[in-house]
Amino acid sequence: MKKLLSALLIMCVPVFAQAAGPAVELTPAPINKDDKVSLQRGAQIFINNCLGCHSAQYMRYERMAMDLDIPADILQKNLLFTSERVGDTMKTAMPTELAKKWFGTVPPDLTLAARVRGSDWVYSYLTGFYPDAKRPWGVNNHVFPDVGMPHVLANMEAQLGEKGFKEAMADLTNYMVYMAEPMRAERERLGVYVLLFLAIFAIPVYFLNREYWKDVH
Amino acid sequence: MSMFQSLMGWVDARFPATKMFEEHMSKYYAPKNFNFWYFFGSLAMLVLVNQLLTGIWLTMMYNPSGEGAFASVELNIMRDVEYGWLIRYLHSTGASAFFAVVYLHMFRGMMYGSYRAPRELVWIFGMLIYLALMAEGFMGYLLPWGQMSYWGAQVIISLFGAIPYVGEALMEWIRGDYLLSGITLNRFFALHVVALPIVILALVVLHIIALHEVGSNNPDGIEIKKLKDENGVPLDGIPFHPYYSVHDIVGVVVFLAVFLTVVFFFPDGGGYLLEKPNFEPANPLKTPDHIAPVWYFTPFYAILRAVPDKLLGVIAMGAAIAILFVLPWLDRSPVKSIRYKGIISKVTLMLFAVNFVILGICGVKQPDLHVEFLPFEMTYRALGQIGTAYYFAYFILMPFWTPIEKCKPVPARVRMGH
Amino acid sequence: MSSSGVNEGRRRFLIGATSAVGAVGAGFAAVPFVQSWQPSAKAKTAGAPVVADISKLEVGQRMTVEWRGRPVWILRRTPEAMASLKKIEGELRDPLSNESNQPEYTKNEARARTETSDIIVLIGICTHLGCSPLYRPEVAAADLGADWLGGFFCPCHGSKFDFSGRVFKSVPAPTNLDVPPYYFMSDTLIKIGEDGEAA
Repeated sequence: MKKLLSALLIMCVPVFAQAAGPAVELTPAPINKDDKVSLQRGAQIFINNCLGCHSAQYMRYERMAMDLDIPADILQKNLLFTSERVGDTMKTAMPTELAKKWFGTVPPDLTLAARVRGSDWVYSYLTGFYPDAKRPWGVNNHVFPDVGMPHVLANMEAQLGEKGFKEAMADLTNYMVYMAEPMRAERERLGVYVLLFLAIFAIPVYFLNREYWKDVH
Repeated sequence: MSMFQSLMGWVDARFPATKMFEEHMSKYYAPKNFNFWYFFGSLAMLVLVNQLLTGIWLTMMYNPSGEGAFASVELNIMRDVEYGWLIRYLHSTGASAFFAVVYLHMFRGMMYGSYRAPRELVWIFGMLIYLALMAEGFMGYLLPWGQMSYWGAQVIISLFGAIPYVGEALMEWIRGDYLLSGITLNRFFALHVVALPIVILALVVLHIIALHEVGSNNPDGIEIKKLKDENGVPLDGIPFHPYYSVHDIVGVVVFLAVFLTVVFFFPDGGGYLLEKPNFEPANPLKTPDHIAPVWYFTPFYAILRAVPDKLLGVIAMGAAIAILFVLPWLDRSPVKSIRYKGIISKVTLMLFAVNFVILGICGVKQPDLHVEFLPFEMTYRALGQIGTAYYFAYFILMPFWTPIEKCKPVPARVRMGH
Repeated sequence: MSSSGVNEGRRRFLIGATSAVGAVGAGFAAVPFVQSWQPSAKAKTAGAPVVADISKLEVGQRMTVEWRGRPVWILRRTPEAMASLKKIEGELRDPLSNESNQPEYTKNEARARTETSDIIVLIGICTHLGCSPLYRPEVAAADLGADWLGGFFCPCHGSKFDFSGRVFKSVPAPTNLDVPPYYFMSDTLIKIGEDGEAA
C-alpha cells in the first residue's frame, strides 16, 4: 500500500506542475528577492511611473520604507506627495472617471498583480511592448495581446538602452513581487526557527514514545 | 493526600471528571497493533482546533461585506495586523490539511473495514462530519471575495438551478439577490463562523462517543473485546493513555513539520491552496479564464462534469457522496480487514484510491484537453467518465464479489509490527 | 506489557522534558494570537502624531486638538495662573506628579517643557471615569468657592485640577491629568505624540 501511494505521488507531480501552465512563452524574471538595492530602485520606478494611473491600495508607504531600508527623510521628500502621510496606502492621483474616459477601463490595482500573474509574466509584460500601428497607442504587447495601456516607459527605454531597460524592469518586477507579499522575508525567517524548534521537540517525544512502547509486544 | 488529590476528590463528588478521563483515556483499551494509518484521527482533531482558533481570530479582523471583504483580507489581515498573515495562512493551509487528513482517515476505514458492524454509526457520524466539512469549506472559500471565491460559488450555487421547477427560485433564495452579492457573503459568513462549526463540533462528539462505546477497530479487523483477561481488560488492548497519547505526539510532530513547512514556505501551494485568481477582487462582470474548485472538491467536480446532462450530473455528484453512507451494508465479506480479504477486494480498493486521485486531476483540467500521462489519445472528459463509472461500479458490485471471494483465515490475536 | 522492567525515573524525566519543551512551543504559538491584538498599521496611522499651530493662541486661552481620538488641550497660561501653582501646592494630592502619567521632561511644577513652561499640553480626560473636564480660569468662581484660583473642573463627579492639571485632595480623581509626549517643531508648531529628538 505504501509503495502504491508513493507511486501515486510521483505520478501527480508532473501533472500538477503543468496544471497552471501559461499559454505564451514567458521570460524568467531575473530577480533576487533579497536584493534591497534592486528593490529600492524598483520602488522608485513604481512610485514615479506606475502610481500615476495605477493604485497600490493595499500597500502602505511606511511599511515599504521599513522593509526596504528607505530612510524616513528620503521617503518624505522624494516619494510622497505633500498631502500624504507616511502611513497612507498608495493611492493613484488619477480620478477613476477620467481613467474610464481615457483608457476605456480603470487601470487595475497593482498591489497583488505579481501574485495574480506571477513574476515571469510581469517581467515579460514590462519588456514585451512592440510597435503596432493598428492599436490606438501604436503599441501592442507579446504577453497581453491588444493591451489597453500605452508603452509608458518608452522614454526610459530610449534613455537606458535595451540592457539598462531590462535591468530596470527586473528591479520593478522585483519590487512588485515584494509588494504582493511583503511578509515573505519574515515568513521564511520565522519558518526556519519553527522547524528548528520542532526538530528539538522531536527528541524527547521520540524517546518518550520509545520508552513506553519498548515492552509492548 | 496531596492538594491535587483532594481537589479532584472535591470535583469528582460533583462532576465525573476522573470517571470521564478513565472512560475515554486511561481505561479506554485500544488495540495495541495500530499502525501509521491510525494517526489521522487525532490529527483531524488537531487540525480542527487549529481551524477554530485561527478562525475565531480571523473573525476579529475580517469585514463580511461586499465592499470591505477583499480589503479586510488583503490589507488588514495580510498586512496591517501583526501576524495576521500567519493566522490567515494557518487557516487557509489548515483547510486543505483538514481534507487531506480526513481523506486518509476515511481510506483507513475502508482498508480495515472500520465501518462494519458494530461500527456503522461511527462511520455514518464520520460521513456527516465530512459532509458538514464540505459545506464549511465551500462557504469559507467565498469569504476572501476574490475572483475564484466568487465564480466558484457561482458555479456551485448554479447546480441547484438544475433541479426541475424550483431550481431558479431556489438559487435566488440561496443568494438572497438576483446575482451573487454581499448579501450572499453575509449569510455564508454567518454559517461558516457560527452554524457549521457548532454542527461539526457536535458531530465530532457523537463520532467519538460512538467509537468509544464499541471500541476501536485495528489493522487486523479483530474484535479485541472477545478475548479478555481476568480483570476484564482485552488481552490485545492497551490503555489509550499513556500509550497512544505519547504515540500520537510523534504523529503530531511529523504532521506539524509538513504542515508548517507549507505554511511558512509554500502558502500558495503552487496555486492549489491559494488560487491565483483569488488575489483579484470579485468582479461580477468578468469570469476568470479557467475556474476550478479547490483540490479537495475536484474528484466530485469531475463526476459532475462526466455526465453530459446538467440535472443528471448533479444527481451523480450527490449519489457519489450518498453511496459512501451505505458502505457498511454493501460490504458483505466474512472478514473486515483488507489483510484477510481476497484478491478482488485488494485490487479494486487500490484501483479505487488511484481512481479517486485521477478523478481529482480530471476535476482540475479543462475537459477537452488531452491527457498528458497516458501513451494514447484521450481527453480528460473521457478519462473522467471512465473514472466515474469505476467509482460507482466499485460500490454497486461490492455486495456481489465480497461474499464469494476466497478470504484468508483471521487469526485469534492481533499481529504486531505490520 | 509487564510493569516489572519499568524505569519510573526515566519515564518521569521524559514526560518532564516533553512537557517543558511542549510548553515553550505553546508559548511561542500564542505569540501571534496575542500580538494580533496590538494596534494595527491602520490604527497606528490614525493615531500618528498630530501637529498643532499655536500662533493664534492668546495668553489665557485654551485650544483643543484631537490625538488618538482624545481631546488634547494646549493652554497658554497667564503669569497669574503660573503664580497660582505655588500657592495651592498644599491642597494638591500629588503636587510633584510622582504618581501621574507624563513624559520625564514635564515632571515639574508647571508640568511643561522648561524652556516654554507657560504652555501646557494636557490630555483632556478626567483620570477618574473618563469625562472631559471644563476649563474654569475665573478666580473665585461662584460655584467653586472663594478660594478657587482657576483650573479645570469635572462636571461628572466634581473633580478639581489646577492650571497644571494637578488634582486637588478630597476629589474622586486619583491622579493628575495625563501629559502626552510633545515637542516644539518651531515657535508656533507643536507636535503631539512624539518626544522629539531633544528628549
